[in-house]
Amino acid sequence: MANTATQAARLAPPKGRDFPSASTLMIMAGFLALMIWSYVGTEFSLRGLLGGESAAQIWTYAKNLFPPDLSKDFLLKSGYWTLETFAISFLGTILAVVIALSLVFFSSRNLMFAGLLFEMERSRPWVRVLRTGLYLGAKSTLNILRTVPHIVWALILVFAIGLGPFPGMLALGIHTGGVLGRLFGEVVENVETQPIEALQATGATRLQILFYGILPQVLPDFVAYTLYRWEVNIREAVILGYVGAGGLGQQIQIAISLFLEHRLLTLILAIYIIVTLVDYLSASLRNRLV
Amino acid sequence: MPGQETSVARRGPLGRPRRTRPGTSQEAPRGQVTPLGEVNWTGTRRSSYFPVIFSVLFLLTFVGSYRLAQVEPLLLFEAAGRRNILKFVSGMFPPDLSWNFLSLLGRPILETIQISLMGTFMAVAIGFPIGLLATSSLTFKGILNEREMAASRPRALLHRASYLLARAVLSLFRTIPEFVWAFMFVRAVGLGPFPGVLAIGISYAGMLGKVYSEILDHVNPGPLEALQATGASKLTIILYGLMPQALPNVVSYTLYRWECAVRASAILGFVGAGGIGQQLEISMRMFNFNQVFTLVAILFVMVAGVDALSARVRRAIMGRERI
Repeated sequence: MANTATQAARLAPPKGRDFPSASTLMIMAGFLALMIWSYVGTEFSLRGLLGGESAAQIWTYAKNLFPPDLSKDFLLKSGYWTLETFAISFLGTILAVVIALSLVFFSSRNLMFAGLLFEMERSRPWVRVLRTGLYLGAKSTLNILRTVPHIVWALILVFAIGLGPFPGMLALGIHTGGVLGRLFGEVVENVETQPIEALQATGATRLQILFYGILPQVLPDFVAYTLYRWEVNIREAVILGYVGAGGLGQQIQIAISLFLEHRLLTLILAIYIIVTLVDYLSASLRNRLV
Repeated sequence: MPGQETSVARRGPLGRPRRTRPGTSQEAPRGQVTPLGEVNWTGTRRSSYFPVIFSVLFLLTFVGSYRLAQVEPLLLFEAAGRRNILKFVSGMFPPDLSWNFLSLLGRPILETIQISLMGTFMAVAIGFPIGLLATSSLTFKGILNEREMAASRPRALLHRASYLLARAVLSLFRTIPEFVWAFMFVRAVGLGPFPGVLAIGISYAGMLGKVYSEILDHVNPGPLEALQATGASKLTIILYGLMPQALPNVVSYTLYRWECAVRASAILGFVGAGGIGQQLEISMRMFNFNQVFTLVAILFVMVAGVDALSARVRRAIMGRERI
């Protein structure tokens, strides 16, 4: 018995789990401090939430939601808005893919100036400068598209071209284009180098290497990321309606502002259905395609 | 939902995206022509109609959506649209860096961070227990429950029911966007950061819970079986067999979600849930585009900072756990 115990002690890693090291303790303390800081700062009240005033308010509000408005007229309208939201997310995702694909190859360092493809190149300095400039341009464009939140894009576009689902779809596409561009870029920068080396050894040109060495590797990941973003976009399409970009969001804003709680519940159910449907579609497509 | 198992690897930044090995059937979409000019049938003829059906459906959806979304690309180039965009862009410069304006922003910036932190804490507090219930290997499937499930039928049904209920709750939480939650909570409990925290807490609990359950479902069952063979109780198995395996991924995904929460809480201000979004909305509605520029720049710095911080913490944790 004693023997096994000492053996276990010897086998155990030097930093035992039972005696947290100084750095772990510090992390824990910092964590706790952050928690308290944000608890106080956000006027969070646990007591209010667990059986206090806030709980009562939330409960009253939730009770008011029932029953949902299931009149035929409103259901038909909700169906239309739901389709509109779906259309915004669908076209927005396609636009995003177009934007991302047109920029991603310029924004990958291994295709523009660094690494294997350019090892042997003795190019003139200005070619290199041009390539680097192009790379930086594409990269910063994607960064701007991505950093400005989609709702700000939507506000800008609503301001520029008026209300309706079209600006919503554009906003979604522009923002998601930046996001996909970054995700795609990571995939391209992390491709397996052996196929590229093999192609290079056969004397393939750079364009041929792109088509036969890189694209086949990255396409499955591109598809997977696109489908994943589509799932995100259907939710964001709902949000965009709030600033006047059509679809369910706009109606939800109206329903909440005018205290039409029964209608609100119907619309929420519609969101639930369309989001679940898109999740399901995306998952099954991913299984098939990737 | 079946078929979503792979999404853990895809979704979070849990390491790089899974790289497909060359030569496997995953190399190209099934039934489609690879860039090498071959048709990748992967040995089944069943799916040979798939590309056709898929293309037709895709085209139909595209056309339908195009009409529904009232797409008019020409609008962008019309005189009015062009003038508005020009007004917007020229209005952004120079960005508003006056002390009057900047001094207004300190509080909302901190508030945004606080909302995201508290929201994530709340999401973990709600999502983790429900996530445990929604893990099939903990409730009714596999080695941990074999004996129990065989022993009593009502108990088995109870386990299965709790699993289904947990999944339903999680999917309800996460399908409704946090923005809509925030909207409703603002109505219910009033303006301020509190409804923002609730909104992030609820909707992120749904996402975290689902991903936690996926992570827990995919741990290596070997250690669990070994522990069970020594007669360990269920709690012991969870604590010493399951958690050590799952923890790095759980922490890493939670950090990733926190990054998202920062972004989300910046937006939630639009409906009156505190943070920098409120200021953004005011500036936007007042057509003070130079302030919008400053705010977006601040948002950029904030998000980039949070990304970097969370990446560092994640690397530290993953590194330490793996040694």
